[in-house]
Amino acid sequence: MAMTQDEVFTKIRTVLVDALGVDDDEVTPGAKLVGDLGAESIDFLDIVFRLEKAFGIKINQGELFPDAIFNDPQFTVEGKLTDAGVAEVRRRLPYIDLSSLDNDRAISEFANVFSVNDLVKFVMTKIA
Amino acid sequence: MRWIWIDRILELEKAKRCVAIKNVSLAEEVLHDHFPAAPGRPRMPVLPNPLIIEGMAQTAGILVGHANDFAEKVILAKVGRATFTAAAWPGYTLRYTADIERMDSAGASTRGTVDRIDPGTGQTVPLATIELLFSHIDQNRSGLAFPDHNFVFTDQFMDLLRQSGFAVK
Repeated sequence: MAMTQDEVFTKIRTVLVDALGVDDDEVTPGAKLVGDLGAESIDFLDIVFRLEKAFGIKINQGELFPDAIFNDPQFTVEGKLTDAGVAEVRRRLPYIDLSSLDNDRAISEFANVFSVNDLVKFVMTKIA
Repeated sequence: MRWIWIDRILELEKAKRCVAIKNVSLAEEVLHDHFPAAPGRPRMPVLPNPLIIEGMAQTAGILVGHANDFAEKVILAKVGRATFTAAAWPGYTLRYTADIERMDSAGASTRGTVDRIDPGTGQTVPLATIELLFSHIDQNRSGLAFPDHNFVFTDQFMDLLRQSGFAVK
């Protein structure tokens, strides 16, 4: 039987508690991985590995956190996403709420838009 | 110079498992002050737990490096969880067993156990479980560049493999 969103969230909470050393109650749907939970770049690899194990899925490099976009001059200028860059991010990450990115488009801010709920939506599409 | 905290590799199964041993010796200076005597307590020389983690990092690091024929620079990125249930006394042998859990082009995660073996009786006691995360740093997310030569797997590591009976290119 397919997992419900609540069941997926509960598993993801365990993943984040283990990967980031945070408390259960800190992992809310709206919590940002970097801003609220203190994730650093290496933690994203850790989170990918743990999600694969927890849900029995395969996540290709760049699928969840598509770094390549941010190192591609076609998509970025002076640390900000171009129109093509924004379109590419939307295409690659349809499950993410990018509304907060629209004003500034700074790449440095991008990591901050990633929330626990985005992870839940990503996993739901993977296990569907 | 670089500290090598394992003495010999016993098993090396590509991209799967590495088993190494370390003999804990009173001749090692680090044991002399760890732990020092305290009021009401004599000296208690044991191998410090962080160095046991380093031994596991070297065992698992060789495993991860060997998986790609040492082409990648494998750096310990994170100690996920380390749980210790016994102390590493001098005169005992530690056996490090590292298994790869997950691996891709960016890095690998490993799960390891450390056992303490009494060479007198052969009795084996679980000493620790250690989860580690390694990064292939040339594939790092930030795009940082590192020197071309592999400064991780130095001659000391290659000598260790060779002396343990494993073919090294």
